[in-house]
Amino acid sequence: MSSYRIQGATGEWEVVIGLEVHAQVTSQSKLFSGAATAFGAEPNTQVSLVDAAMPGMLPVPNRECIRQAVRTGMAINAQINKWSRFDRKNYFYADLPQGYQISQLYHPLVGEGTIEVILDEKDPEGSTKTIGIERIHVEQDAGKLMHDQHPTMSYVDLNRSGVALMEIVSRPDMRSPAEAGAYLAKLRQILRYVGSCDGNMDQGSMRADVNVSVRRPGEPFGTRTETKNVNSVRFVMAVVESEARRQVGVIEDGGQVVQETRLYDPDKNETRSMRSKEDAHDYRYFPDPDLLPLELDDAFLEECKASLPELPDAKRHRYKTALGLSPYDAAQLTLEVETFQQFEEMLDAVVKASGKAERDLAKRVANWLLSERAGVLKGIDLGAAHPKNTVAANVALIVAANDGVISGSKAKEIFAAYLTSDIDLAAEIEANKQTSDTGAIEAAIARILADNADKVAEFKAGKEALFGFFVGQTMKAMQGKANPQVVNELLRKALA
Amino acid sequence: MSSDLTELGVAAIRDGVAKGEFTAVEVAEAFNANVAAAAALNAFIVTTPEQALEAAKANDAKRAAGQPLGKMGGVPIGMKDLFATKGVQTTAASHILEGFTPQYESTVSQKLWDAGAGMLGKLNLDQFAMGSSNETSYFGNVISPWRRNDGGNAALAPGGSSGGSSAAVAARLAPAATGTDTGGSIRQPAAFVGISGIKPTYGRCSRWGIVAFASSLDQAGPMARDVRDCAIMLEAMAGFDPKDATSLNLPVPEWEAGLNGDLRGKKVGIPREYRMDGMDADVAASWDRGIEWLKDAGAEIVDVSLPHTKYALPAYYIIAPAEASSNLARYDGVRYGLRDLPDGAGLQDMYAATRAAGFGAEVKRRILIGTYVLSAGFYDAYYTQAQKVRTLIAQDFKNAFTQCDVILAPTAPTAAFGLGEKSDDPLSMYLNDVFAVPASLAGLPAMSVPAGLNREGLPLGLQIVGKAFDEQGVLNAGLAIEARAQFSAKPEKWW
Amino acid sequence: MSVDTATVAKIAALARIKLSEAELAAMVPELNGILAWVEQLGEVDVTGVEPMTAVIENHLRLRDDVINADPLTGGDNRDGVLANAPAAEHGFFGVPKVIE
Repeated sequence: MSSYRIQGATGEWEVVIGLEVHAQVTSQSKLFSGAATAFGAEPNTQVSLVDAAMPGMLPVPNRECIRQAVRTGMAINAQINKWSRFDRKNYFYADLPQGYQISQLYHPLVGEGTIEVILDEKDPEGSTKTIGIERIHVEQDAGKLMHDQHPTMSYVDLNRSGVALMEIVSRPDMRSPAEAGAYLAKLRQILRYVGSCDGNMDQGSMRADVNVSVRRPGEPFGTRTETKNVNSVRFVMAVVESEARRQVGVIEDGGQVVQETRLYDPDKNETRSMRSKEDAHDYRYFPDPDLLPLELDDAFLEECKASLPELPDAKRHRYKTALGLSPYDAAQLTLEVETFQQFEEMLDAVVKASGKAERDLAKRVANWLLSERAGVLKGIDLGAAHPKNTVAANVALIVAANDGVISGSKAKEIFAAYLTSDIDLAAEIEANKQTSDTGAIEAAIARILADNADKVAEFKAGKEALFGFFVGQTMKAMQGKANPQVVNELLRKALA
Repeated sequence: MSSDLTELGVAAIRDGVAKGEFTAVEVAEAFNANVAAAAALNAFIVTTPEQALEAAKANDAKRAAGQPLGKMGGVPIGMKDLFATKGVQTTAASHILEGFTPQYESTVSQKLWDAGAGMLGKLNLDQFAMGSSNETSYFGNVISPWRRNDGGNAALAPGGSSGGSSAAVAARLAPAATGTDTGGSIRQPAAFVGISGIKPTYGRCSRWGIVAFASSLDQAGPMARDVRDCAIMLEAMAGFDPKDATSLNLPVPEWEAGLNGDLRGKKVGIPREYRMDGMDADVAASWDRGIEWLKDAGAEIVDVSLPHTKYALPAYYIIAPAEASSNLARYDGVRYGLRDLPDGAGLQDMYAATRAAGFGAEVKRRILIGTYVLSAGFYDAYYTQAQKVRTLIAQDFKNAFTQCDVILAPTAPTAAFGLGEKSDDPLSMYLNDVFAVPASLAGLPAMSVPAGLNREGLPLGLQIVGKAFDEQGVLNAGLAIEARAQFSAKPEKWW
Repeated sequence: MSVDTATVAKIAALARIKLSEAELAAMVPELNGILAWVEQLGEVDVTGVEPMTAVIENHLRLRDDVINADPLTGGDNRDGVLANAPAAEHGFFGVPKVIE
């Protein structure tokens, strides 16, 4: 892949990107209290006395949050620290009831790891890049401030206060918007596979702080800025692009990039300085004296390891090698958890129903899922969420098409009709059973060839393209129920 | 029935109520009356006579129904106003928490109520437990019931930070009271007023619901007239609490049943570094008497060394303020307590104004020290160094305890001083805890028992420090001293 | 290390405690007295010594992931949480308007 460069007035610039991703850990209750974590509750209803930092309240860590962070670390082949500690990060803000955030600075739970990203989604066999992960630590989320409810007041909702986050810190290894986007997408994919984060970026379950700097190719790192709380892959790419251009502009105008916190404005597609956070921070980190060091034993780590699912890279590889799928199909099917789960569930059911081997059916199921059915669902209200879009219905159609009972295109038609009307699926398949009755097909062919003597002559004179016309006419005459393979064979014979 | 029920301690009240010699209500009424008549001592911030009566009635009813009473059945107590009490104002003696009414009960106070105790009121203390004389309370000084025998009536310090607790027990306003000890706050005030008090091993008593000062040091404990009463009350207070991650998951020993003042076969260590230059002669003499008493009880006396003793206090005055600076950040005027919102002030101005108005001078001083020692560039030089020294201090004790079972030392370098005598000089005030702080830094059980009066007629205490988890050894040594000191002096009522 | 007025002012700002000029002036020598005294710790040879992490040997317990397992540390307690708030409005804590 060619290097991404920004063309400035004075020459080329290289952009250097590092991401700090905050991912909400999937858990029922908060990191240090028993209050619920569900999204969208009434304000301050999911707040315990601990989360509100009442006098004398104490934190007790949630095992599941630690477990999920460890599993995540294992999924990126990271070093798991059997001895870690929680530290306090001290600062004052209305969304931070304790006056400090319990985090991990000096001894994080997870050390160095790596993530391999595919640089071009459309070319899954193309070049990949390994992005270094510096660390993953566990920390508390803050509450939420609302500014538009009262003329002179901001309102504080502490429902999020104390929810467990993983902060996943990358190395400054990315060099283009595409790499940053691919990294975030891959990270999200891994977290969703592991089940440690739901990856719902629109609900704030994953946010990225985007560190950007520019330099002349080959020179030392420039001064970086940090754009906070960017909540989509697209926005991360946009931030990198706009912030890198802004920095190039500043430098080329003779200025200096200021190390600062910035905010992204998606409407204007630009970043701006966050003045309110600009006063020099001194977080006075120190080990939280309310908590002892976190020591993990081998049994805990073994359970974490054993409970890891097949991860995206391994799954993609298996789909190609064991199932014989194309690299593109393998990549598409493994992109989202819901997709591969459906695929595997359907494949399994189809194997059971037809008695054939996985490898012989995988391509058919993949085609159905990625193209045939996808086409049908596109035109349907609710799409994939349609209540009749069940595994059983899908499997019935895949099996019928695969066994030659109905044609592939008939399967699509039936599926669309099934979703939008009140028909019985089994009866409809039965009614549209394609025929391999050679007598009937031969009769139809004979009639068509007789009616189209001129075209027969043209074909015989070498206009091979007309073959499709004869197939079409025959299928039409058979009301779409003829086995296309049989039609093909018989037509060839008749036209020979 | 005794002519004055308020002369009775925990065990006597518990046993008397159980036997029907008097009712719990009679006891509660007697102490309520003493409390009401002792406003001059300023020992209570809030009194709760109805709660004391209610608990007493419940105990009497239980007894009438033939049900067994709890460990503290029928015993009214004072509650240091650092423990959150549901529905009763909890202030930590600060303006910033004035009017704060917790919606929860601290684990330790709940355990005491569950054991049959009743609450006479919330006891005054040094603000956020920061002080050694009870002069930093927003609600005014506690006056010790004791006076010097010089015929003057100089107001004396009851010690601190549990000064309301010490004064109340010494003045017979309560048979016992809760205390908390971060760097001597149970032991030093107990010594100043001639009562007993024990700080258990760190983690024995849950910290849940106790306003935090320095989390790695804070421990609750009882303050009472004698060693047995301390043992009974500590049994009621201690125990594993899943809400406190530093709570010890160990069964609570039966300390009262285990009391035994026979120290034959035991070794008592005398730390040579505690015998400091210019030591108060009366304190030194009382220490020597203590050694003789323990010998008399059958113990062998051994010389031990705690070489890092002189560094304990400086380490403490880095660690405790550092933790406090962070623990007290939650007092910001947003969710509870005082809010000072000057006209046109923004959020950060509100914080600064609220905290300026809500914290007293000593609290501010410690927050500033703590903020400084944790700040960028100074953290390692101060905080990390102090925590390393703390490791060495704990190691000193471990080494010493290979040679002895308990350590005997004075509780405080002097007897009670006059109010105002030290309040202008923070350092000289801090030095008051020189003998108490090392055991706090090491998390060890330590108690003070009365050992006699000095030449001014003021009580002196002796301190016993034990191995981790060995409260029994500490209590037993305390019992041996108590039996020989025969301390019966009490302040003459002037209030 | 000793502190000057500017440093104390900076520390007080960091700690969000407003100090008057007079309070600031009085605090400087007090803090310097305390700092000079605690700095004797620098004399101690701590080579190879680990900073203390747990004063009594004990392991950090982890709790099970159960919502409101103990009502004292669970949610669904909006009234309790807001009961002492200086400015509770519509189920929120109110603070002076923040401009982000």
